[in-house]
Amino acid sequence: MKKLLGLGLAGAVAFAGLATGASAQQKTLDTVKARGTVNCGVAPGTPGFSNPDDKGNWTGLDVDFCRAVAAAIFDDPTKVSFKPLTAKERFTALQSGEVDMLSRVTTWTLSRDSAMGLAFAGVMYYDGQGLMVPTKLGVKSAKELNGASVCVATGTTTELNLADYFRSNNMTYKPVVFEKAEELNAAYEAGRCDVYTTDASGLYAQRLRFKDPSAHIVLPEIISKEPLGPVVRQGDFQWFTLVKWTYFALLNGEELGITQANVADMAKSTNPEVKRFVGAEGEFGKGLGLTQDWAVRIIKGVGNYAEIYERNVGPNTPLKIARGINNLWNKGGLQYAPPIR
Amino acid sequence: MTGSTKAAGTFVAAADLAPPRSEVGVIGWLSKNLFSSWSNSLITLVCLWVTWRVVMGVLDWAVFSAVWTGNDGTVCQSANVGACWPFVTAKFGQFMYGRYPDSERWRVLLTYGLTAVTLAGLMIPAIPGKKWFGIFAVVGLPFISWGLLYGGMFGLPVVKTEFWGGLLVTLVVATVGIAGSFPIGIILALGRRSEMPVARWVSIFFIEVVRAVPLITILFMSSVMLPLFLPDGVSFDKLLRALIGVMLFSGAYMAETIRGGLQAIPRGQYEAADSLGLSFPQKMGLIVLPQALKLVIPGIVNSFVGLAKDTSLVLIIGIFDLLGIVQAGLTDAKWFAPGTAMTGYVFAAFVFWVICFSISRYSAWLEKRLSVGDRR
Repeated sequence: MKKLLGLGLAGAVAFAGLATGASAQQKTLDTVKARGTVNCGVAPGTPGFSNPDDKGNWTGLDVDFCRAVAAAIFDDPTKVSFKPLTAKERFTALQSGEVDMLSRVTTWTLSRDSAMGLAFAGVMYYDGQGLMVPTKLGVKSAKELNGASVCVATGTTTELNLADYFRSNNMTYKPVVFEKAEELNAAYEAGRCDVYTTDASGLYAQRLRFKDPSAHIVLPEIISKEPLGPVVRQGDFQWFTLVKWTYFALLNGEELGITQANVADMAKSTNPEVKRFVGAEGEFGKGLGLTQDWAVRIIKGVGNYAEIYERNVGPNTPLKIARGINNLWNKGGLQYAPPIR
Repeated sequence: MTGSTKAAGTFVAAADLAPPRSEVGVIGWLSKNLFSSWSNSLITLVCLWVTWRVVMGVLDWAVFSAVWTGNDGTVCQSANVGACWPFVTAKFGQFMYGRYPDSERWRVLLTYGLTAVTLAGLMIPAIPGKKWFGIFAVVGLPFISWGLLYGGMFGLPVVKTEFWGGLLVTLVVATVGIAGSFPIGIILALGRRSEMPVARWVSIFFIEVVRAVPLITILFMSSVMLPLFLPDGVSFDKLLRALIGVMLFSGAYMAETIRGGLQAIPRGQYEAADSLGLSFPQKMGLIVLPQALKLVIPGIVNSFVGLAKDTSLVLIIGIFDLLGIVQAGLTDAKWFAPGTAMTGYVFAAFVFWVICFSISRYSAWLEKRLSVGDRR
């Protein structure tokens, strides 16, 4: 019986291997074109990154990136089939071909890039772990937190980062550990700990749920690196390049001042960089397996990076997250795209 | 006694005096049940005080301090507000239908209507034509419902299951789970008691394996592992996978409940049926199962109510049932406020309570009706 079971399992695994092998061989772009939609894995609910609005439409930074890819291929940002995926299913869904790409607050790490067979196509959002304290403590910097009690979610890298940070700065702290965000919120608001820590984008979101959001400040220090970006399968370079350059087009669009509003006029521009961007010069779309106006389609469909940012997480949204390190490289940030040439 | 004499020698009893006011009516009842001794009085007063505080607290939260109108979370963004009802109002359509397109929502309502009519026909004794309702429920309704909800038939546009959500998904999963688990349960229960070794072994194996793993595991297997084993391009609908998982899972539980009923039927009943020359289906369908199922109605309903609530577990595989869609709605930054989360959860709890309470009331009534013969 045991032997039989073992044999069956081995067979199943081999079969699974064959299946994934086969899916890697097929050209994702062709499959997508034949299907007519991009299957895009998103988070089932992360404020500002992917969440359903009042009408049930998906909105958010990650969601808009899916739309940008669809716009590049089909000239229609609505041709996306959003697949909400939990943290545990996301990689299997990508590997099994259920989704063509993930755009789902996923941190780019070495192990994911190597052992898991994934390929990160860029960094849509540079996140990092932040610390929040009540304003009345009068703390201005994380360096003043020696001996503080810290509310942190259990079993996450958040806990590790916290330990690393305090140890490397020769400070002590008392962890107050919880399972869920709701519990963390309640404990922090009830004053059971002095500091609340999670990813910075999450801190801004959680703060809005407090009775008096203005009574809490997010400290300037970011104690870990969490680069979040779109992910594709390894083994299909054409698709990887397409997704990567969709991201670059968003950045280049912002750098060149091409917006959703003026993209039509930009076609007449004499600036050689803009001319290459809009496809008036060169044959750049063909190399991606797309049309000549691929970049125009993206900007027309969803706007440039700045527009996406402002719409979903920027200062005019309830989240009010400043651009910070997510600004363009020439404005003091980290967002940098190679030129279209 | 104050008997009066009308004629000599005959005694006529006077009309009974009404009992003292302290013994009857509201006051009598109160003094007998609530204030019979000082300790009872104390307990009564404490309970009254607690009830008063709780009721007032709930009312204050849900009605007096609640916010009723508004277009975003800022109206609820104050320290001392209670429920944030505009959150529920704004997302009500989503909570009911998920992302089902507005213009197609009549299809969902029509399906609800058809199901309600069919169920009424089956459940209310006064309505004639049980046989036809029964046949329609088994042969017609599932296909018509699928055709209406999914589309692609009768010239209706297709609405993929990824657009389904909210109460719609909860009801679909619960109904399909309940309807599917019942026949599966009967077959497995009979199989486990069968004298054919293969049928028995297969049933025992299935029941024991499925019952020994949590529903979450089955859902995970169906959503995470299964796609890896399928060849590329072959992919089952996610909701369909979850439905099959839920059906098999509750089928295994149902089987054990029904087996309990089968074991309670005396051997004489089986032998009597055999001696009448009934075939196996006749014996089971006419003699054994009607008695056995009646005995285990509380157990069956228990499973049904449990299943109706377990449907929420589908949210861990990224399907938005009622609870899932409420949670997804809570991540909308527009509605961030201290009270929104509580409001959403209370709303979801209330809807679940209505569903489960109706199931249990119907079953209580059914039990009473079926047990006319052995009422004690």
